[in-house]
Amino acid sequence: MSYIQLGYNDLILPALLVVMNGALSLLLHLRLEWQLAVASVRMVVQLVLVGYVLTFLFAAVSPFWTALAAFIMVLFASREIVVRQKRRLLGLWTYGLGAGCTLLAAGTVTMFSLLTQLRPEPWYHPRYALPLLGMILGNTMTGVSLGLDVLVNGVMRERAAVESCLALGGTRYQALLPVIRDALRSGFMPTINGMAAIGLVSLPGMMTGQILAGVEPVDAVKYQLLIMFLIAGGTGLGTLAAVLGGGRLLTDHRHRLRLDRIASEK
Amino acid sequence: MLTVDALKRLHVSVSFELADGECIALQGPSGVGKSLLLRAIADLDPNEGSIKLDGTLRESMPAPTWRKKVTYVAAEPGWWADTVQEHFIAWDEALNLVEKLGLPSGCGTWPIRRLSTGEKQRLGLVRALLLRSRVLLLDEPTSALDPASTASVEAIVAERVSTGTSVLWSTHNSAQARRVGSRLFMMSSGRIEEHRF
Repeated sequence: MSYIQLGYNDLILPALLVVMNGALSLLLHLRLEWQLAVASVRMVVQLVLVGYVLTFLFAAVSPFWTALAAFIMVLFASREIVVRQKRRLLGLWTYGLGAGCTLLAAGTVTMFSLLTQLRPEPWYHPRYALPLLGMILGNTMTGVSLGLDVLVNGVMRERAAVESCLALGGTRYQALLPVIRDALRSGFMPTINGMAAIGLVSLPGMMTGQILAGVEPVDAVKYQLLIMFLIAGGTGLGTLAAVLGGGRLLTDHRHRLRLDRIASEK
Repeated sequence: MLTVDALKRLHVSVSFELADGECIALQGPSGVGKSLLLRAIADLDPNEGSIKLDGTLRESMPAPTWRKKVTYVAAEPGWWADTVQEHFIAWDEALNLVEKLGLPSGCGTWPIRRLSTGEKQRLGLVRALLLRSRVLLLDEPTSALDPASTASVEAIVAERVSTGTSVLWSTHNSAQARRVGSRLFMMSSGRIEEHRF
């Protein structure tokens, strides 16, 4: 396996493309130059830091440091889920539901693949565990946040329908079922679309990366298939847990709709 | 017999009894808490107090069971499926009531979006009447209806009252309150004051 190594000075020329975008923004009065500058600096700093952190983690191969890194990744993912919600749940559940379901789904699926298919030595080896978790986490997060967003907005919009069903003696699950179905569909859709378009419209970043690093395309494809199956499983599990959990939180043990548990719109 | 003892929901605080086969009219200005009261009795919102049906405490049974016995009918009923008949467990059983309320028997296949407010109101009532509840909590059930439809709704509810159903009927119309109720509750600042006709 051989690949063309890059030095930092090899990145100067490509970086000029971003500078060119900034110049265009100035020229056309798009007022994007400041945002673009901040985003570029953040990207460079974050990625370089991650490079050093991963180097440290790969050298340490410690269960504690690996778990801590995974935990921090889940924290960022749950923050991202909350930021993407138009209306949020109140109290501890603002973060708790999204974080819990993402952790549950991405964690379970990552462990599943580590223990049954990849079987690195030791099984928690960060070189395998963290990239896998990262990819599954990113997609699960999208499913969970979309699902929750559609659920909460759907319940607000369909309040009269839900309450009519409850008033006629329906249980909370019967009353919420149409909204829950919508939310689950929205959560699954990006993954299904992604699976349908992959290879034709888009070459996935991981596979491209492996090919650039000298891996045979067919071997890279096998890895990509593994990842896609894991992503589909993780997204399904996470979205299902989040939407059903959200439905439970938005109602109570007396089968009442509890819109008071939703924070007012931003 | 429905017994409401020290029911509290936000600023609403009431106690009263509603006998079998009795209809109480509930009046009061908008925003005084008539809907809050009716919804609280049906346990649709968190509330405090002891509410019993024939001496059985509401909390001793699952909420859906309670609501099948003590049924709230909103002024603007909600719809969760596309066509009318999907909202009924047995549409055939509804036909008799549907026709009595001046709606065509073929309206079962109508899409919900083509219904007028008045049609929705009558179909919402039919949906609730089919449950044969012990107590009906009617929230302005004729607010969107013409005089003829209003009369047919009053007649159907009167028929139910005569067979033992208890009704709490919220209305802005004093003449209607006198027509349908044997007692009148005037609501102001969250409390009720009783008037006999």
